[in-house]
Amino acid sequence: MNMKWLLAIIFYIFPSMIFANELSSDRQKTLLYLLRQDCGSCHGMTLKGGLGPALLPETLANKPTEFLVQTILDGRPNTAMPPWRGLLTQAEAVWLVAELVKGIPHEH
Amino acid sequence: MSTNLLFTSDLKQFLLNTVIFLSLSFFPLFNQATELRGTGDLGVVVERATGSILIVDTTTRTRLSKVEGFGDLSHASVVFSRDQRYAYVFGRDGGLTKVDILLGTIVNRVIQAGNSIGGAISQDGQLIAVSNYTPGGVKLFAADSLELLADLPTNSKVVGLVDAPGQRLVFSLFDTGEIWVADVHNPRQPEIKKFTNVGKQPYDALIFPNGRYYLAGLFGEKGFALLNLWQLEAGVKRILPDYGKGEETLPVYKMPHLEGCGITDDHLLVPAVGQHTVLVIDRHTWQQVKSIPVHGQPVFVMARPDGRQVWVNFALPDNDTVQVIDTTDFSIIKTLTPGKAVLHLEFTPRGEAVWVSVRDEDRLVVYNTETFESIATLPADKPSGIFFTARAHKIGQ
Ligand code: HEC
Repeated sequence: MNMKWLLAIIFYIFPSMIFANELSSDRQKTLLYLLRQDCGSCHGMTLKGGLGPALLPETLANKPTEFLVQTILDGRPNTAMPPWRGLLTQAEAVWLVAELVKGIPHEH
Repeated sequence: MSTNLLFTSDLKQFLLNTVIFLSLSFFPLFNQATELRGTGDLGVVVERATGSILIVDTTTRTRLSKVEGFGDLSHASVVFSRDQRYAYVFGRDGGLTKVDILLGTIVNRVIQAGNSIGGAISQDGQLIAVSNYTPGGVKLFAADSLELLADLPTNSKVVGLVDAPGQRLVFSLFDTGEIWVADVHNPRQPEIKKFTNVGKQPYDALIFPNGRYYLAGLFGEKGFALLNLWQLEAGVKRILPDYGKGEETLPVYKMPHLEGCGITDDHLLVPAVGQHTVLVIDRHTWQQVKSIPVHGQPVFVMARPDGRQVWVNFALPDNDTVQVIDTTDFSIIKTLTPGKAVLHLEFTPRGEAVWVSVRDEDRLVVYNTETFESIATLPADKPSGIFFTARAHKIGQ
């Protein structure tokens, strides 16, 4: 295992387990709602893609968590992906990435 | 004997009359569901989370029926057949669904691509065009049978697809910065004219009500790409290349839309990207004449049919508000808060009322556009787009 992955685990995956517990279940519900509805306006409500790419376990599998968390917080310059820092905290972005990688269950 | 006969026949007649009278007087009651009616005052409301639509009556301001089974409608749009009986619903998951709005039933449905964004109906009403993200392109279908007639791959996500006079379709390519004009007189073999280098990342477009100008908004840089469809040889002209110069560009949480934009006698009102501004463009010089500071980042900037008012909704986190601009002096004459997540607005055909979808509060609110009073509220499950059948007879809708 290379250093980058080790760091990723120490800094992102491990804290995500702790931070995940810190998000109230109300906040988690709000975040899932935001994910489906507002991220969904670009990524599709079922996250199968739209203007933005699909955010499914199989499409995210090989991407470092750190990179995905940073994408959410800082956006991607010269693309339509906006920075969500200001609306989402670091812990919330980490939690969202963990959920995305796990797969979001369907509401209906 | 003869009196007896007379009596029975009288009784028979009496009974018969009674039966006829009763059945006639009760007939409308029993038969209400199949009463003859027109569709000119009906509309379709997209319920994005449940993949269903509501058929609504804009005269009585009621829901007539709910139709289910449309798949992912997170970004959906609707066009109408010109007899205004059928709605064609374009869903995010590539579904193209033809609905009989009188019966409230799905007539036909095809999954025509992996991922789509919108559609159009041709000038003659015979063709349905769908613009797709993956695989990027436009597909043409027969409006009656939904048979696939042509497939135009573009190597890019397609946005801003509209119909134009001369049996043409016009659309923009997000990834490659192009505008294509397709002549579909022969739908199996469209003739395409391409305009390249129109600007970075066109995100949506509008066509003027008379079908003359096509205007695409740019996301990857400032400005708009303008094409005069009466004079294609003049090519695409860039306008407002540096609007909002010096102002900070904010993160765009929701792409603005240009469809239905505020067009008045002399001006065009459009959303600025990443700014809390509505831009006012002179229709004759194509110069910006004003920028109107508004409550948030505008998403839809919709003119009332008479052009006297323009109603604006906003992106996250200001999406609980709607503002009304008076186009005689560009002042904001009203700020309303219909509720959390206002996604769309649609005016009744002559503009005395406007319907607003409030997603997070699961309702539609109808406002009187003269008094700004809310005159009706209807329940709807995460409503987004609202489309009235009057669109059937408008170019580009
Ligand atoms: C306005 C459109 C838009 C919205 C809204 C949006 N995204 Fe994106 N997103 C994009 C685009 C476009 C990309 C692809 C950027 C690129 O080309 O690299 C992207 C990329 C991503 C990626 C990286 C995917 C990968 O495979 O690398 C993640 C993760 C992501 N978005 C999460 C989110 C989340 C979470 C939200 C909501 C909080 C969100 N996005 C809202 C447009 C959007």
